[in-house]
Amino acid sequence: MNDEVADYLPAVEKGLHLIPTQASSHAGQVDQLYYVLIAACAIILLVVVGMITWFGFRYRAGNEKADRSSRPSTRTENRVEIAVLAAMLGVFMVLFAWATTLYLNVYRGPEPAMTIDVVGKQWMWKVQHPDGTREINSLHVPADEVIQLRVTSQDVIHSFFVPAFRLKRDVVPGTEKMAWFEATEPGNYRLFCAEYCGSFHSRMLGKVVVMEKGDYQAWLTRQRSGGRLAAIGQQLFAAHGCSGCHKAQSGVRAPSLAGLYGRRVALEDGRVVMADDAYIRDSILQPKKQVVAGFEPLMPSFAGQLDEGDILPLIEYIKSLQPSGRNKEPVPMSQGVRP
Amino acid sequence: MSDDAASSRAPESYLTHGWRWRDWLLTTDHKRVAWLYTVSITGFFFLGGIAALLIRLELMTPQGDLVSADIYNQLFTIHGVVMVWFFLIPSIPNTLGNFLLPLMIGAKDLAFPRLNLLSWYIYTLGGIFTMAAVITSGVDTGWTFYTPLSTQFTDTAVIAAIAGVFVVGFSSILTGINFIVTTHKMRAPGLTWFRLPLFVWANYATSLVMVLATPVLSATLLLLIMERLLGIGIFDPRLGGDPILFQHLFWFYSHPAVYIMILPGMGVVSELITCFSRKTVFGYHGMALSILAISVFGFLVWGHHMFVAGQSLYAGIMFSLFSFLVALPSAIKTFNWTATLYKGRLIFASPMIYALSFIGLFTIGGFTGIFLASLAVDIHVHDTYFVVAHFHYIMVGSMVTAYLGGLHFWWPKMTGRLYPEVWAKVASLALFIGFNLTFFPQYLLGYAGMPRRYQTYPEDFQILHAMSSLGAGVLAIGYLLPLGYLLWSLRWGARAPADPWRAAGLEWRTGSPPPPHNFLKPQTVSGPPYDYDTLDNPQGEAR
Repeated sequence: MNDEVADYLPAVEKGLHLIPTQASSHAGQVDQLYYVLIAACAIILLVVVGMITWFGFRYRAGNEKADRSSRPSTRTENRVEIAVLAAMLGVFMVLFAWATTLYLNVYRGPEPAMTIDVVGKQWMWKVQHPDGTREINSLHVPADEVIQLRVTSQDVIHSFFVPAFRLKRDVVPGTEKMAWFEATEPGNYRLFCAEYCGSFHSRMLGKVVVMEKGDYQAWLTRQRSGGRLAAIGQQLFAAHGCSGCHKAQSGVRAPSLAGLYGRRVALEDGRVVMADDAYIRDSILQPKKQVVAGFEPLMPSFAGQLDEGDILPLIEYIKSLQPSGRNKEPVPMSQGVRP
Repeated sequence: MSDDAASSRAPESYLTHGWRWRDWLLTTDHKRVAWLYTVSITGFFFLGGIAALLIRLELMTPQGDLVSADIYNQLFTIHGVVMVWFFLIPSIPNTLGNFLLPLMIGAKDLAFPRLNLLSWYIYTLGGIFTMAAVITSGVDTGWTFYTPLSTQFTDTAVIAAIAGVFVVGFSSILTGINFIVTTHKMRAPGLTWFRLPLFVWANYATSLVMVLATPVLSATLLLLIMERLLGIGIFDPRLGGDPILFQHLFWFYSHPAVYIMILPGMGVVSELITCFSRKTVFGYHGMALSILAISVFGFLVWGHHMFVAGQSLYAGIMFSLFSFLVALPSAIKTFNWTATLYKGRLIFASPMIYALSFIGLFTIGGFTGIFLASLAVDIHVHDTYFVVAHFHYIMVGSMVTAYLGGLHFWWPKMTGRLYPEVWAKVASLALFIGFNLTFFPQYLLGYAGMPRRYQTYPEDFQILHAMSSLGAGVLAIGYLLPLGYLLWSLRWGARAPADPWRAAGLEWRTGSPPPPHNFLKPQTVSGPPYDYDTLDNPQGEAR
């Protein structure tokens, strides 16, 4: 596992940016429109506040010096109203046309270089790359390529939101929606769920890792090598007798491991934890620490019987026991879900 | 509302007319029903406000340390449900509107006084039932009840809560019908449509929207109950339904509902600005027509809540276009209020300060609506704090400011007492400053990428969240002060003359507080509204 990958930011970029980093081809265009909107809003606000201040000072009761004669006639008022209406209509239509053009660009992008599947579920993001590589709560993509996302949800509505890309797409169960982006700047960017989705909505976080093309290929290769590890893990799993209890219909009350990885597990003591690498490691070495709800603490510790070099392949094997699954990237649990 | 002192000396008024329980709880006097509503909505307002304060306290820090995630979700659900359905929608129409509509058109009461009382009972009992359901079972769907979260993924008493909202909807419909019929049939002789005060226009348009939109919400909530209870697939994809259909139906009501909330506020502000400018409103016809235009266009923009939800591109574009267009009448109104000041004789009494605050906050809230109507920008700021800031500028900054301005303006009429002006000025400034401090940082948070309805958030956002939370404290002062000195004035305030502001409008042509049947003599109207020139110069100097 020593294929050196370029040193991307260790975590997502920190610091308050009122305008988030522009990391997609589209981001700068949206920001331009945003600046123009701010300018228009500021001008109108200045006019309104300026009028209120000036009239308020000039025509305050008691200021008899102000000229209050010859007020505008109804006809003049109507003309002024129509002029204001026409001016605002003009401004609005320019903004409308501009914003709509950009919108069409986002949802009808150019021919994509690849399509990545994204599935939202309470409360995590599952990602599958074209070659079958899977990851959770992170999305690795190459820079300067048109990436199409095919998004759907397994349960409720979520929303895939990457501020740095100025991209958001609701993730709706029962439908597949498309979105595309072209990342321009290598780095790590925040991924949020933007549509309220229940208890841990605010923990449904992830990151998008934008890599140079070569690094992305290297990363994919490294992920595939996880498959070889899993094969070793399978042998260890049988050799150490794990399968005796953890295989379906084994006759002993032990939880099945199929599809375990990345799921939320309810424990006997009422806590709910994420089945991540650390959880599986702990369960092998200190099984009493986290007992799955509904099971007796029967499992012996394998500390001492397994060395560090055995644990990784075992974890890879358990990861591969997805109902439909193959190998995946280790989950960055700094981003992960903890109740 | 103890008014014993008033009853001892004051001439007979609606307030001296019996103080047994049933004189209030079975009253059909629109003025007393208005008070019943005022008490109810004030209770709900502070309940929703407590939820908001807890939310802001939790958000002082990035971690979830004050309450659990589920409690947090319940808090914003309570806040939304209470503030939208049990405070904002009934706020101005059912308190000030109820009190003033008959007075402003020279009528004895509303067209259906008993229906009016029934409307209060439905509202109050329905509201209490809903809150009991929401709080005891911990409903955590948000006030929007989006499917399939609300149908398949929460095991709280969603059905009871929805049934409560469904029932309260009838109170809106009854009030709407009552106001429409009253405006059509009970105007004093000579009070033609284009002599109506803009407050009456605003309540009339609001009532039209209530009557047309509320049944859609009722139907939607019934469908939701059917799905959750009987498993009929309407919104849930696993049953063959479409979750986006729920959003269409929900926003078909809930977007016009925003105009139910803001239109009466616009009506109030028109009354305040003309009175304290001693001048008729700039472009009366334009003002009345833009109220109607807003209520009509308001029905054509609901899809702007679904720009990223996957409705068709072309639907999105049409909804964006209409959302730009609905801003035009609002722009005209803002311009006209400001232009009304021109060559006026401005008095900066506290209601005027509220009204001018309204204009500023409404301009910001309205124009940020244009940001959201702009499709490409909306993709980025949708469901972020930008949206939260935008609608709070409209629904709190504008609407609650207008409500408080109106409450101060008509307080002498309603109670026969004057409030302490200095305190009122302090409160109006606290409201303006506290509001901006609370919600302006949220615009910045939104564009920076902070999603809404988050209990925990990245540390970078803390400084803006902390500013917002501190602002909420100032804002709370702006709300608690009026509660204090207005209640104080009921007993110790100076007695109000019939027309303390020298205001135009029929409601000032009768006692403060008015007699039980509003006017001792039948009223007739022979001139335009807001005729302050004649009022201030009775000799008829040239203007």
